[in-house]
Amino acid sequence: MLSRVASSIYWMARYVERAESLARFVDVALTVSLDHMSSQQWEPLIRATGDEEIFEKKYSEYTSENVRQFLTFDVNYQSSMISCLSAARENARTVREAISSESWECLNDYYLFLSQASKRDISYANSDLFTEIKKQSHLFSGIFDSTMSRDKGWYFANIGRFLERADKTSRILDVKYFTLLPQVTDVGTTVDDLLWSAVLRSVSGFEMFRKRFHTLTIERIIDFLMLDDRFPRAINYCIRTAAGSLARVGGPIEASENEPLKLAEALQQKLANATNRTIIGGGVHEFIDSIQTDLNELGTAIRNTYFAKRTQHMPQSHVHSQKQTQIQSQALS
Amino acid sequence: MVKKLSFADYDIGGFFDELFTENGASRQGAESLIEQINAMSDEDLLSRQRGIEAALMRMGITFTVYGDEAGTEKIFPFDLIPRIVQASDWRHIEAGLKQRIGALNLFLQDIYHEQEFVKEGLLPREMLEKAKSFRPQCVGLNPPGNVWCHITGTDLVRHSDGAIYVLEDNLRCPSGVSYVLQNRLVMKRSFPQVFADSGVRPVVNYSTKLLETMLSVAPEGVENPTVVVLTPGIYNSAYYEHSFLAQQMGVELVQGDDLMVEDDRVYMFTTDGLQQVDVIYRRIDDDFMDPLAFRKDSMLGVPGLMKAYRKGNVTLCNAPGTGVADDKVIYAYVPEMIRYYLSEEPILPNVPTYVCQREEDRKYVLAHLDELVVKAANEAGGYGMLIGPHSTKEQQEKFAAQIEADPRNYIAQPTLGLSRVPTIVDDHFEGRHVDLRPYILCGKSVWVLPGGLTRVALKKGSLVVNSSQGGGSKDTWVIADSKTDVADPESAI
Repeated sequence: MLSRVASSIYWMARYVERAESLARFVDVALTVSLDHMSSQQWEPLIRATGDEEIFEKKYSEYTSENVRQFLTFDVNYQSSMISCLSAARENARTVREAISSESWECLNDYYLFLSQASKRDISYANSDLFTEIKKQSHLFSGIFDSTMSRDKGWYFANIGRFLERADKTSRILDVKYFTLLPQVTDVGTTVDDLLWSAVLRSVSGFEMFRKRFHTLTIERIIDFLMLDDRFPRAINYCIRTAAGSLARVGGPIEASENEPLKLAEALQQKLANATNRTIIGGGVHEFIDSIQTDLNELGTAIRNTYFAKRTQHMPQSHVHSQKQTQIQSQALS
Repeated sequence: MVKKLSFADYDIGGFFDELFTENGASRQGAESLIEQINAMSDEDLLSRQRGIEAALMRMGITFTVYGDEAGTEKIFPFDLIPRIVQASDWRHIEAGLKQRIGALNLFLQDIYHEQEFVKEGLLPREMLEKAKSFRPQCVGLNPPGNVWCHITGTDLVRHSDGAIYVLEDNLRCPSGVSYVLQNRLVMKRSFPQVFADSGVRPVVNYSTKLLETMLSVAPEGVENPTVVVLTPGIYNSAYYEHSFLAQQMGVELVQGDDLMVEDDRVYMFTTDGLQQVDVIYRRIDDDFMDPLAFRKDSMLGVPGLMKAYRKGNVTLCNAPGTGVADDKVIYAYVPEMIRYYLSEEPILPNVPTYVCQREEDRKYVLAHLDELVVKAANEAGGYGMLIGPHSTKEQQEKFAAQIEADPRNYIAQPTLGLSRVPTIVDDHFEGRHVDLRPYILCGKSVWVLPGGLTRVALKKGSLVVNSSQGGGSKDTWVIADSKTDVADPESAI
């Protein structure tokens, strides 16, 4: 598989996943804010993206409307849902020949839908819209999974999807843990229950958690969202899945010297050795921070090993070549 | 409710109509279509038309409108009413195209070697030397099997006299075939029954034939040739087609910087390291293909590609240098090529052409600018053209001055009364002028796709079918000869 194509498929999947995660977070915040009658929901959401500075440059307050506008429809913010979808679709467009037509059409449709929606006013960034975004993402994943052979293209997409998901679960947990649990004595209150169940809902994990553990405790939430090997949004599950796909793509070098494989293996080991006690003991934030560092390093290693040839040529040549393309004479034009 | 989308009061307007005879009767092969359309309500027809437009948008079969900040994407306008080509007409077209491509390939091989055609006095040497698309870099090249043009899209028109003429040969990177395939796909969804009744020949196997053609011209001794499609990138207006063809053939779509040349061999960067490439279907013009051989400032090409090609380590489709044979002036000499190389009379005639370099022709052209179509030799896309009867005095004077200054760069042809096909215009049918671009594949053997791109000038009275100038497209139905041809399977895909 072409390095450039592998890179585009990987990013296509990451961006679709990112848009979905975001829709989920915002949707739950919206629901909770109705129950809770407080606007404190909104600031942590921006903090989970790590882009407070960008937000504050454009908006004065962390109101529901501002945050929803920023995260949903803001085409100038590169991680808004519409921007993610646009990037996913642009990546797909450059590799249309490498993905199934059904996948492309689904993603194109999804983009056209959101692009239309984003021209409407902010009251449309509501639960109906977020539900539709989740549904479209699921539809895309389902179509992609059921129309693509399990070869390199699919594996690179899967790696992108699960690394993105691991990142998002860890971020939301980090931010929520920090804001929701300033003191350990807060455990067990109803507010706490309400908010922690929201965290679970934001990763569609509430029902699965209930089936498994019934009552909410911090230890169980850590077990479930970080260490579980069955729940498809748990960090451990995501890392294992991504590592499995990585092992299947092979690569230009021996497995023993393959940096991404080695890093993925180390990360799996780290999670296998951890328990909720050691994590809480050492600091949840610190642990998540180290996981995020590991994920970033893994992403960089994947880029260097599989996609690198491309990035060397970018980005200066990009603008120039674009111009030349346009002046090329086309027999049909 | 009064049915407006009906052929009852359709007027062929004194032109040759591809669906109706001058007595208003349906042409052979069009009966079922006309019957069904007459039986459908306006609302039903219009909703099918809208459904097709929505499907093309959803499939992303769009081109980007340049100069628009928002990068608006539009579909290439599509009209529901197909153009029909009867079996007997098609047999004539097919034989004529095969003959023509045969002569053109022999001409290219000759012109980059011995130049017998020039030495015999059949083409003035200065005509050749002044052709901008003659590539000195290609002199002495021997493409596998001496095939230079693997993929050709020849533009045909039918005049009021009912005869079919060759308007121009596109021998570089002819585009549009993806529209042929997609138009058929959406039409089959809309009119499954008519397809079953009319005996329309299939076009779906184009990509298989294209791949076979590529494989048949791989460098000698290569066991399992690796074929790729080389595109200038997503900003190119034909990008959709490049990706579509790569996908349908199951080969990689590469950009210039996905490739590198080492020891005169071409490799692509893959996730498993470098992989050698044997055949390149390149959709980049000669100029941009290799900065070491052609334009030095090209960022789209692959340095060293031409040398690898010259060494015979990779095949380029089409070969570089083919543009010389579709130069609008050289075009005038194609009938002579057919006589010279094949000792045959041309089956498909050229449109009579005045070559302004010839003094006698030039005098005639300058005296009849208000009647003729004047074309610049190296322009495409409907640019650099004067349509006499539709032009102003100022425009004619401007062209007269240009012709005087650079006669080699101009030809002129009589204004043709292009044939028409009924087309939906708002809520009723009107005749609109069309041309036809069939596609010819030439590898070890020659194959003509039974169909082609019918382009339609959507503006009333317009003769310019180019998409950049308000043109659209129609599905093209080549009717099967019941004895010899296979009709398209009834089931929609």
